[in-house]
Order: sequence, then C-alpha cells, then structure tokens
Amino acid sequence: MLAALTQLLIFQLLGEVLARALSLPVPGPVIGMLLLFTALTIRGKVSKDLQTTSQNLLQHLSLLFVPAGTGVMLHLHRVADEWLPLLLSVLLSTLATLVVTALVMKRLHGSVASADGERR
Amino acid sequence: MTPQLSEIWVYLAATPLLGLTITLLAYQAAFWLYQRSGMNPLLNPVLVAVSILVAVLLLTGTSYATYFDGAQFVHFLLGPATVALAVPLYAQFKRVKAMLLPVLAGLLAGSLTAAFSAIAIARLFGASLPTQLSLAPKSVTTPIAMGIAERIGGIPSLTAVLVIITGILGAVGGRYVFNLLRIDDPAIRGFAMGVASHGIGTARAFQVSEQSGAFAALAMGLNGALTALLLPLLLTLSGRLG
Repeated sequence: MLAALTQLLIFQLLGEVLARALSLPVPGPVIGMLLLFTALTIRGKVSKDLQTTSQNLLQHLSLLFVPAGTGVMLHLHRVADEWLPLLLSVLLSTLATLVVTALVMKRLHGSVASADGERR
Repeated sequence: MTPQLSEIWVYLAATPLLGLTITLLAYQAAFWLYQRSGMNPLLNPVLVAVSILVAVLLLTGTSYATYFDGAQFVHFLLGPATVALAVPLYAQFKRVKAMLLPVLAGLLAGSLTAAFSAIAIARLFGASLPTQLSLAPKSVTTPIAMGIAERIGGIPSLTAVLVIITGILGAVGGRYVFNLLRIDDPAIRGFAMGVASHGIGTARAFQVSEQSGAFAALAMGLNGALTALLLPLLLTLSGRLG
C-alpha cells in the first residue's frame, strides 16, 4: 500500500510540475492520471499493490468530495440570489447530456453492430 | 464548569482534529442513512453529509476556513484519487477498443453538450458570469471540475456543489430518459450516465449491471480528461472571437 501510494503521489507530482512548466490548461492530477495510464499501457499490467490501493481510494471517493462541498456555505447568498438559473441550467443541461450522448452512441453503434433496421 | 468548557472549546476550535473528525462522522452517518434507505439516490451521502456539516458549522458559528484546516487532509486525497482513476481506465481499455467510434463520438457530443448547454441556459436566465463559468464543468468528477473552474474563472467550491447536484439528478433521472428513448444496451446506458453524471452516475450504473458500471467509470474518466483539455481552450477561443 505504501509503495502504491508513493507511486500515485509521484505521478501527481510529475503532473503538477508538467502542468506548471508548460502552463497547460489542465489540472496537475489529470496529467498525472494520463501519465500513469500511459505507464500502465507500456508495462502491460497493473501491480497487485496498485490495484488494491487504487480500489480502496476510489471506494471512498464520495467522502473526498465532502470538504469541498461544505464550501457551499460561503456561497449561500449567491445560491439564494441565482437559484432559478442554477436549477434550470443543472436540470435541463443534465437531461440534454444524457439524451445527446445516448442517441449519438445508439446511432453509430446500431449502424455497426446490427442491421435489423430498428430506429428510434 | 462553564469557563472550563469554553477553554476546551477554544482548544478544540484551534486544532485540525475537530474538522477532520466531524467530516468523517458526518459522512459515516450519511452513509448509514443511505444504506438504510436501500440506496435511495435522493439520500446521496455527499449531499446529506454536506448538509449536516453546514448546519453544524453555522449553528456553532465556526468559519469555513477553521473547518477546512482539519478537513484539508481528506480534501488532499482527491489528487491521488484522480491519478488512481488511471487503473480502472486501463482495465476497461480492451472493451472500449471494440466500441471505439460510438464511444468517442458520444463522448465528444456529450461533453460539449454538458458544458455549453449549462452556460447557455444559465445565461438565458440571467446568471452572472462567475456562476455561468462555475456551471460549465458540472458533469465532470469533482477533483477535475474544481481544477477546471479555477482555470476558467469560476468558483471552485460552488462548482463542487453543482457537480454533486448534477450527479444526483442524472442518477435519479437516467433510467426514465433511457426507457423513453428505448435505449437498452447497458454499455450505452452506462456510458451516457458517466458522461452526464460522473461518479454518482457511475455508482448508480454499477447497481444496475457490471457492464453498465464499467462503461460509466470509463466515461467519467474520459469526460474529465477531455473537458479539462478542451473547455479552457474553447472558452479562450470564444473569448477572443467575441
């Protein structure tokens, strides 16, 4: 677990350094994720240690959102003032995203995988 | 008695121990409630834990900065957890290759829809610019979304809350949308859920089927990376044009 955790931190560190050095518009941990993905692809396997550690970390992923989410208390005013555009935007945009993603995939996958002519 | 109590309070309020402990307590209480309710998506553990903590902090007159002194130890783990997303991403990579074209096209279309429809609707109903920009990364998993918000001029902590609400809405509404559209391929249902509603949608998809969940996890990772790469660039370009 210690080795895998160190490995994750090293990739995050590399990501942060790269993001700043090249002033990339992407957060450091995301670069770290892409670097680790590349490393795993090159090596062709995931060590057991890394497998369990990342599984444990991702299992409690929702806990990690809590401190940031609690920051809403700093914005109660803004939320109260702009609740209508916030609510409509989140609701309609989420529905639109579900519909667009699913229909685009069905259209393309259907034309590749099946020829039974079934349409929306 | 009273001076002693207030002395203890002064001590506790100044150490990071309290913020850290109440974060873990609130989350575990919320998770217990979630399990007792049969995983009712409306009782999302993040939503409930945040509500408990905000209420406690407001009632005790504790500032967010004081609380965060302790909670930052939990918050810090978002970085390594984001890096760790590479592992499930790698595990699913073979299955993705078989569906590469629909996956990439769905990802691009969904990712752009999520960001730009959120900005457009918020603008239409008169939201301020920082609010619009905080909404843009709402479909991306929190650690990435907060980083994007910071880059593009949104408010990271507002984004964190909007991300969670987006996740809950997608997790609750997804099945009705898919049934209405007659989408029954679990891979497509899961992937669309992951693009629109990140980790919370992914958790929901795993409850439905293994395959659905795997594609949702993949979509969450890909959408996080794509939005982080694309959104700041597109906003800079549109700013230069407009």
